[in-house]
Amino acid sequence: MSNSSKKLTLDKKQNLTGWIFLAPGALLIFFMSFVPMFRALILSFKSGTGAALNWCGISNYTRMFQDSVFIQSIKNTFFYLIIQVPLMLIFALILASILNNKDLRFKGLFRTMIFLPCATSLVAYAVIFRSLFANNGIINLILVKLGILSQPYAFLTNTWSARIVIIIALLWRWTGYNMVFYLSALQNIEYSVYEAAKIDGASPIQTFFKITVPLLKPTILLTAIMSTNGTLQLFDESVNLTDGGPANASITMSHYIYNISFKYVPKFGYAAAMSFLILILVAILAFLQMKVGDKRD
Amino acid sequence: MTKGKKFLMYLFLIIVSFISVFPLYWMISASTNKSAEVISGRLIPGTYFIENFKNLMASQNISRALGNSFKYAIILTLISLVVSSLAGYGFEIFHDKAKDMVMSIILLAMMVPFVATMIPLFQMFSKAGWLNTTIGFILPTISTPFLIMMFRQSARSFPHDIMEAARIDGLSEIRIFFQMFIPTMRSTYAAAMTITFMNAWNSYLWPKVIMTDANSQTMPMVVANLTQGYVTDYGMLMLAVLICTLPTAIVFFCLQNAFAEGITGAVK
Repeated sequence: MSNSSKKLTLDKKQNLTGWIFLAPGALLIFFMSFVPMFRALILSFKSGTGAALNWCGISNYTRMFQDSVFIQSIKNTFFYLIIQVPLMLIFALILASILNNKDLRFKGLFRTMIFLPCATSLVAYAVIFRSLFANNGIINLILVKLGILSQPYAFLTNTWSARIVIIIALLWRWTGYNMVFYLSALQNIEYSVYEAAKIDGASPIQTFFKITVPLLKPTILLTAIMSTNGTLQLFDESVNLTDGGPANASITMSHYIYNISFKYVPKFGYAAAMSFLILILVAILAFLQMKVGDKRD
Repeated sequence: MTKGKKFLMYLFLIIVSFISVFPLYWMISASTNKSAEVISGRLIPGTYFIENFKNLMASQNISRALGNSFKYAIILTLISLVVSSLAGYGFEIFHDKAKDMVMSIILLAMMVPFVATMIPLFQMFSKAGWLNTTIGFILPTISTPFLIMMFRQSARSFPHDIMEAARIDGLSEIRIFFQMFIPTMRSTYAAAMTITFMNAWNSYLWPKVIMTDANSQTMPMVVANLTQGYVTDYGMLMLAVLICTLPTAIVFFCLQNAFAEGITGAVK
């Protein structure tokens, strides 16, 4: 009897220790994520500038669907998402499965070089790409010298080329990052599986689709959710690469929300409503991706 | 594999590697050349590095920005590693139903985009007088669901019998954590450190919101400022970009292998 009650208190003590260990981290997330999120929800039903805020019902929400710049920013963000994320994940998968090849030479060197862009800060690489694609930048110089262009093309001030430059920059910065996740996951797969497939006469393409992709599914799902989340929140590139231009043609949702909140006369209520829409979009997309990820089991 | 296929594979890897490295090479070579030479397409390193450096120092307070960035990033990384690993360890080692539920709520926070919390955080922090302070910079990202998840995952491989033995020997829980868990999880800590330091150093939106004073600006903010003029001095600009990139590149290279190992543990 005394023994079991002693055990009970020990369990209780352990239980309490656990709570103490996780309390600082859990409380910080509560106060730095959930509390502000809830306050943003309340704020999104208020309007006014600065500190003078009044309740305004859902007018912030109806307003944003008549705001042509906001609609443009949604379109841009989804354009980046739909083109860039699949391209990047496919590239990363192909590169990872090539680099996983045991017979490959200079494997470490290739891996390091392809991962190298991830060492640059987001502002830094945005500025590098802005310079590379400038009117007097090296890309124009090369294209003119090769005779592909007769005169420099204003990549950053034409609607479609500005968007495409952002996609190229994103691919450059993040493909290697995702590749490392795939490489790590591939190392958990027994290499003998691949050797057996080879003996059975499977082509590299068959191996890729029948072995690599199915076995990497959890990692692919993880990277897809991370990239979707990141793309919906794009900010640094839009600000520093194209400045949202020309005429908001490449502006992202986060960039526009920042402008509404801090660049012009602050409209916190309206900005909060728009940010809440992003939150809902992120949640829906993550949910859909998890559903799709489950189905193929 | 046939010779032709092998050749194509290497060619593909070489092209991808070239594309990956070229912008960085261009950045380094541009930082040693005059702006006019950069524009004329000079790709080999030149001798204008010192001049660019002098111009940069004259136009922006680089040492202050570097000092700020190092201060914020180092303090954030240290606190974040302790807080997040304590939480991840607590969630795994002492897990029960209630704690598992709290963990799944925390994972939901991963879905909350930063712009959705940015405005209320700004309001809360300006009321608390935390604009332009280190605490203002670090507080929102000390504890992240990603790091907690990573440490929780790695705590799973922490041997239970060793822990029991330590308990019988009378070691307190907190000492088990600091003297046994931290040393055995070195690669997870290295990966977490790389990720946290890089994120802290590179963060741009949040500092842009709360660092309203020039004295508290970070290195990425200074680089962004440099592009605002009408005429861009490419030599000077690329030198600033280089300075901004070096610390994260060095951290990454020192911890590259540990990083890959730690990621492997996290995705298992």
